[in-house]
Amino acid sequence: MLDLHGYGPRLLEGAGVTLQLALLSLLLAVVLGLITASAKMSRSWLAHRTATLYTTVIRGVPDLVLMMLLFFGGQIGVNMITDWLYYQFDIDIFININEFVAGVVTIGLIFGAYMGETFRGAFMAVDHGQIEAGKAYGMSNSLVFRRIRFPQMMRHALPGLSNNWMVLLKTTALVSVIGLSDMVRVASEASKATREPFTFMIVVALIYLLIASVSEWIFIRLQKRYDIGYGEAD
Amino acid sequence: MESLLTWLETQLADNSIFTLQTLAHYGEGLTTTVQLVFLSLIIGLIAAVPLAIGRGSRHAWIKWPIFAYTYVFRGTPLLIQLYLIYYGVVFVDGIQETWLWLILEDPFVPALIAFTLNTAAYTTEIFRGAIKSTSKGEIEAARAYGMSPGLTMRRIIIPSAFRRALPAYGNEVIFMLHASAIASVVTIMDLTGAARFVYARYYAPFDAFLFVAAIYLCLTFAILYFFRHLEKKLLAHLQPQTG
Repeated sequence: MLDLHGYGPRLLEGAGVTLQLALLSLLLAVVLGLITASAKMSRSWLAHRTATLYTTVIRGVPDLVLMMLLFFGGQIGVNMITDWLYYQFDIDIFININEFVAGVVTIGLIFGAYMGETFRGAFMAVDHGQIEAGKAYGMSNSLVFRRIRFPQMMRHALPGLSNNWMVLLKTTALVSVIGLSDMVRVASEASKATREPFTFMIVVALIYLLIASVSEWIFIRLQKRYDIGYGEAD
Repeated sequence: MESLLTWLETQLADNSIFTLQTLAHYGEGLTTTVQLVFLSLIIGLIAAVPLAIGRGSRHAWIKWPIFAYTYVFRGTPLLIQLYLIYYGVVFVDGIQETWLWLILEDPFVPALIAFTLNTAAYTTEIFRGAIKSTSKGEIEAARAYGMSPGLTMRRIIIPSAFRRALPAYGNEVIFMLHASAIASVVTIMDLTGAARFVYARYYAPFDAFLFVAAIYLCLTFAILYFFRHLEKKLLAHLQPQTG
């Protein structure tokens, strides 16, 4: 049937790399998104402006260009900082920017900007009376966030989150360009070696579709969970 | 023009990276990027209109193939689609002896095909959403006037769907501009390709990539401005009344 010329295990390994990359980037993007959303809603002029600048610039520049800037320039930049630390404070550290780190940081940075918009809208959709009620019960700010704002915000954020995740997943393919051995890279090497591009590219495309379908299913389950208490009438 | 060039030359006199030659590289890259994006968007747009209408068809044999096409092209990375077409055409038996090879030899054409197929899939879904959200009353009114389904589509549904699709289509145009950066992967000298060339030549990642990022940023703002202007004009009747 399908002859992968012994590239099967390497393709699977590559799929693992893709998944790891996507999940770690998602984590970073969610954290950055929450920070951005809070900054955009804060009363501080500086925080608001910084967050706006961040989202505008990131959304105006292609992901591949950002990735190359971070990968090729990142090491030079990090070396400058570590050198300075060494001469000034005698702290000797070495940070290596490899393809994986550059990929996670870039994708996280890009989608942090998109998540910020998603979370901002979702936070604003939570009824303010609920937050006041929480405070009236004597809850601290962090407890209000954990028990009231976050769970209700997620209900509104999930559709946007799911969209962002689908786009993020496809963006991970770009990391193969800077040399990470994800499944796209393995497939393109295999296509060149065996001269059968159709076989390998279609297999990779199917794996992407599979991951997308599985995540769609997970998001539907999550949505059901966060929709508890909001019946048909809503 | 002459005086502008000499002025530029004096401005760049003690700049070792951004010489006139490298700027010319960026200029050519800009032309390639704009050509690639513009052509694929136009062809994709023309293809998307019938596809979007067919996507809402009652006949399963029209509806499902279109759904499968948009699902696959929206669900997989553009890079894979580009590789598939770029590497794929070489291995089609006997293609190198036909006249087609003369066109396909240049990486620009496979890239254009991949981009067009991709943007057509996204645009189809955008239009389909807009067509679906046409209010029932408008269609019923058209029927009451005795318009045939074809005439209703042409005079009522399509014009109003176009307008409602405008904001989402603006996003798709920006998305396409950014996605076009991957053309540099298949050796096309687009803007990103020019930046990679300058980086490789001078080993100056910040200069090469920050400069190109600024150009992309300007292009993005230009597109945003254009669409905002267009929306203001075409969607004027949907704005809240003032005064």
